[in-house]
Order: sequence, then C-alpha cells, then structure tokens
Amino acid sequence: MTPMLEIAALEKRFGDTTVLRNIDLKVRRGELVFVIGPSGSGKSTMLRCCNRLEEPTSGSIFIAGRNIMNALSKDLNSLRLQTGMVFQGFHLYPHMSVVRNVMLAQVKALKRGEAEAKARAMDMLDRVGLAHKAEAMPTELSGGQQQRVAIARALALDPKVMLFDEPTSALDPELVGSVLKVMKDLKAQGMTMLVVSHEMGFAREAADRVVFMDGGVVVEQGPPEAIFGNPQHERTRAFLSRVSSHA
Amino acid sequence: MNRFLDTFFAPQVFARYLPEVLAAIWTTLWLGVVVIVAGIAIGLMLACLRAARKWWLTLPIVIFADMLRALPPLVLILLIYFGLPALGITLSGPLVLILVLTAVLAAFAEEIFWAGLTALPRGQWEAGRATGLGFVQVLIFIALPQAVRMGIPSLVNRSLAITKMTALGSVIGVKEILAVSSSAQAVSGSATPLTLAAIAYLVIFLPAVVLARWLERRFTWKV
Repeated sequence: MTPMLEIAALEKRFGDTTVLRNIDLKVRRGELVFVIGPSGSGKSTMLRCCNRLEEPTSGSIFIAGRNIMNALSKDLNSLRLQTGMVFQGFHLYPHMSVVRNVMLAQVKALKRGEAEAKARAMDMLDRVGLAHKAEAMPTELSGGQQQRVAIARALALDPKVMLFDEPTSALDPELVGSVLKVMKDLKAQGMTMLVVSHEMGFAREAADRVVFMDGGVVVEQGPPEAIFGNPQHERTRAFLSRVSSHA
Repeated sequence: MNRFLDTFFAPQVFARYLPEVLAAIWTTLWLGVVVIVAGIAIGLMLACLRAARKWWLTLPIVIFADMLRALPPLVLILLIYFGLPALGITLSGPLVLILVLTAVLAAFAEEIFWAGLTALPRGQWEAGRATGLGFVQVLIFIALPQAVRMGIPSLVNRSLAITKMTALGSVIGVKEILAVSSSAQAVSGSATPLTLAAIAYLVIFLPAVVLARWLERRFTWKV
C-alpha cells in the first residue's frame, strides 16, 4: 500500500551547512512515528519540510502518493490542507476567539460555509475537551488548553497526516498529560501522525515506530522496544542514556 | 487683573468673532477628518505592499516615508503652494494642505503598520500558511488585525498631531481656526480672538483625546 507520507532522498542546506542529508522515511496509514534526537539533529527541519514551511534543497515528499515538491506555489496552499501541523509555541491567533481560530482556515482555505465551519469547529473542540471554551480568547487559556485548540484547528481541515513539532516542550509538566491524551485518542481513531518530541515515555507507550536522528541523518529506526531496549548504534545509546539520566 | 481680562477675554470682541471661529472649527474638523482617513488608508496600503518584500516596492516606499518624515510639513506646503504656479499648476490652499498633511500622515502610518507587521511572531504567519491560507489571506485575517492593534496608540497620537498641523494652513489662506482668529486679532487689536482659537482647539481635541484613550483600551489585549 502507498504510504500516507513518504520522504525520499530529502536534503536541506542552509548556505554552506547541510542540516538534512539523504533522509528516507515512510509513514503508513494510521501509523504513529516518533522522531527523537538531540537538538540540532534536524528533526524539526525535516518535519517542516513535510508541508514546505521549510523549502527542501532536493528530494521528494509524497503525501498520499502525490509529490508535493512538484506543486506550483498556487497549488501549495491546497496541498497544505492535507497536513495538519501543531507547533511547539501553539501559535493561536490572539485576536480571535477559540472557535474563530478553528473556523478561519475552514472558511477561507476550504471555502466551507460559516455554519458548517462552526459546527465542525465545535465537534473538534469537543474532541479535545474544550467545547466549553469556544468563546474564550486564547490568552484566557492555559498552555495545555491552547495546544489542544491548536490541534483542533489542524484537525478541522481533515488532514491526511498530522505533524507535531515538539507539541509539549513549551508546557508546564502538569499540563503535558492532557495534550498527550488527545494525541493518543487521535491515534486510536486511525490518524496518521509524525511526531517530533522528547516525551520518551509517550514514545514507548504509543509509537508504532521510533526514528532516531543525529547530525541530519536517520541513524536508526524500529519499534520502540527495539530502539529503547536494544539500540544498535553507539550514538543512539549515548543519546538515550543522556536523556534518561535527566528523566 | 482687569488688563489681563481685557486683553484675553474682552466680551464684545468675544461675541463679535465667535461666529467666524465657529465656522472655522468646521473647516479644521473636516480637514482633519479627510487627512486622517486618507493618510491612514494610504499608509496601510503602503505597508501591505511593503509586506510583499519585493525590493522594487520597498525602495520607493522607504524613500517616500523617510523624506516625508524628515521634511517639516511647512516647507512642503510653501514649496507646493508658491512653487507649482510657476509651472502653471495652481492648487487651492485647502487642497495643498490636504495633500501635504495626508502624505505626511501616510508616511508615519506606513512606518507604524510596518513596525506592527515586523513585530508579529513568525509563528503567526507559519500557522496561517500551514493551514492552507495564502499570503494575502494571512496578511488580511491574521497579520494586519494584530499589527493595527499594536499601532493604535501611535496612530492616535499621529492623527492628533496632524490635525493640529491644519493650523499651518493659516500661511496659505486656508480659513481654519488659527487663520480666522489671527486675522481677527490683527483687525481688533485684541488677543481675545486667539483665546477663542485656543478654546476652539480644546473643544475639538479634548474629546478626541478621551476617545483615543478609550480606543487604546478597547483594542489592546494581554499577550
């Protein structure tokens, strides 16, 4: 079966620095793939290449079999609707109520009617447990709530793949759980997800596959038990022991 | 004390020139409104064009904004009003005043909107683009509303300042508050018409300042 997301021979250079080298990665339908690695390893850049927020230097990105690198810039907007992105910093629009945040792209990019968009937004907010905050302004919410609204905003566009860029890194520890729970629910509902995160416990528990990146390359990948239990590469072992000594 | 009152508050002079000054208040008011609306609209448009980040748009906009902010408006007013007729172009006093003040406000407004746009976190743009919105849509629905709110205090100050500059029209025969009252002062030999002018400016600007405060409170939000 065609993978939902496929990254092939991806390369990204900033000037003279190569931050991604020959990345190949497939995410199957319904799979949750976790990307771990030290900061500066290129994992966020890789994720941001998947919707061309970062322009790859070379290589291909296929979403449901279609190479988005071939898209003209005017088609890029509709292609981006197929990937939902969740950022470390939430990036809710502070001048709009929660429900308006979730409606905006539905109305302006998907061209849904106001009523339909609102109904859909309320559904999504309900799914992340925040229907009662629909009329609140983003600044009135906790970080965890803001991130769940950001997830609802992405889901409302019916993406084929969800991309998570360190979704819990900016949260207070006691707020992390609520966001992870939403992600776990999404997985149970069959969403395809590519997650860059440092939540190793969550990776162990929920990931189908864990990818370890370092220095702009994929060092190794496999089921969580294999990566955490029996890493094959010295670099993976060194990273995991550094991380666990802080946990 | 009597001499003071006679100089600044002579009742007959007051009554004699009140109708003229009242009429001049309207002139000042509509001049101010035209300049504020046009100046802010043009400034907003220029900031949007600049947001496209094309050098051939940015360069003329920056030159325009810097020139207009650097030159004293009075210099421009005199230059145009007394210079252009030599080229066969004669513009009326009010038109020259409107053109110059609008251009000056547009220059400042462009810089204020632009500052707001650049102060916006990059994540706001990325969130918009990632949800399939195009550049213009992100600009209109996400970036500008925030940039405008950030700019409101400065815009309000600039608008008040530019409306006060309508007094410069007195040097080119525009019948606004200062022109009317200073000619009344010359005719009557009393400073009372100028007191009237001061009162007239207060009548216009005190409510404007209060409105400005309300606007600032209404359109700011905690981040």
